[in-house]
Amino acid sequence: MIEFLQQLGKNTRTGFTKLGRGTFFLLQTISGILSVLPRPRLLFNQMYSVGVLSFLIITISGLFVGMVLGLQGYYTLSDFGAEESLGVMVAASLVRELGPVVSALLFAGRAGSALTAEIGLMKATEQLSGMEMMAVDPIKRIISPRFLAGFLSMPLLAALFSAVGIIGGQLVGSGLLGVDEGAYWSQMQAKLDFQDDIINGVIKSVVFGFAASWIALFEGYDAIPTSEGVSRATTRTVVNSAFSILGLDFILTTLMFGDK
Amino acid sequence: MQHTSTQDTFVGLFVAAGIVGLFFLALQVSNLSSFTEQDSYTVTARFENSGGLKVKSPVSAAGVKIGKVSAISFDPKTYESVVQLSIDSQYNTLPDDTTASVFTAGLLGEQYVNLDAGGSDEFLKNGGQIEITQSAIILEKALGQFLFKSAEEKK
Repeated sequence: MIEFLQQLGKNTRTGFTKLGRGTFFLLQTISGILSVLPRPRLLFNQMYSVGVLSFLIITISGLFVGMVLGLQGYYTLSDFGAEESLGVMVAASLVRELGPVVSALLFAGRAGSALTAEIGLMKATEQLSGMEMMAVDPIKRIISPRFLAGFLSMPLLAALFSAVGIIGGQLVGSGLLGVDEGAYWSQMQAKLDFQDDIINGVIKSVVFGFAASWIALFEGYDAIPTSEGVSRATTRTVVNSAFSILGLDFILTTLMFGDK
Repeated sequence: MQHTSTQDTFVGLFVAAGIVGLFFLALQVSNLSSFTEQDSYTVTARFENSGGLKVKSPVSAAGVKIGKVSAISFDPKTYESVVQLSIDSQYNTLPDDTTASVFTAGLLGEQYVNLDAGGSDEFLKNGGQIEITQSAIILEKALGQFLFKSAEEKK
């Protein structure tokens, strides 16, 4: 019993210590962003590996998610003779929820795990300590550009996901199932609001990008510098990112769409 | 250096694609394009019951959308629903004896305000009021009346 309590206390304490380290790491990263701006080359390289390389998986998944939504929505809506509302259903669910959330989950899996592995390996092979020896701050040189790149790429990826998904829903809806194309678009335009739907979706994706990049970079930076430690850190990145993205999504949704 | 310049091109393409996606969402998916608020003028209409009418519900005349509902409030003195209609100022030749009615698009569709032009020579102005209104048809009420009537006939 005493041992159990001791273990519990120890785990709680290490958890809080880690959270504290993470917060401190985040502050250092954010303050390091300023020193990235005079060297945009660092940012562009990271935008390439974080954003451009995630482009394909995001667009293809978006297309299929939109097509599935179109198909499933049609079956339910046609029971009520309301298949004209298919556009509203597809667009609202993509723009408000699925676009930001699914693209953030894919982003955490595709880009986040790669970031953790890369930085963990840099730590394991003592490249980070080597930089410190040369009086180069690894946070400014390595972490901040990656953080900024993830933070900037995420809203663009989420917007692409939603846009491609809406087109996919239209392809299935009016191409395959015969929903009127004009009704698909016009009902969507009538029901979706720029401020309430699109901007809130973008805010969500910015928050998710922030959380996912922070977790991925911190787990890599904090990894035990062995091959096993790096592999564990990579797993934790994906698991923790998924948890925090879904948890944050619930909080943001209640804040944004709660009063309707 | 060749490598980094193709990388730059890809980053540029990616950012451009993302921004195009955002614009697509803004213009094609949401109502931002109709949001470019042209000048509009406001008239009020008092309904006995405005049903499921909401702010931003469309206002149409002869089936064409000419404006939207900008505010709905309850008048505690007359127990009426006061609906403010904001109408595009290019349609400023509505007669002042226009009839406003709350209709439903389809059986389960959304409700909208329909304006039927009258024959007067005077036009509605900003801040004006539509005098002749027809309330929303409440399905339960209509059903109730119908049942009541058919019961009467049987006697």
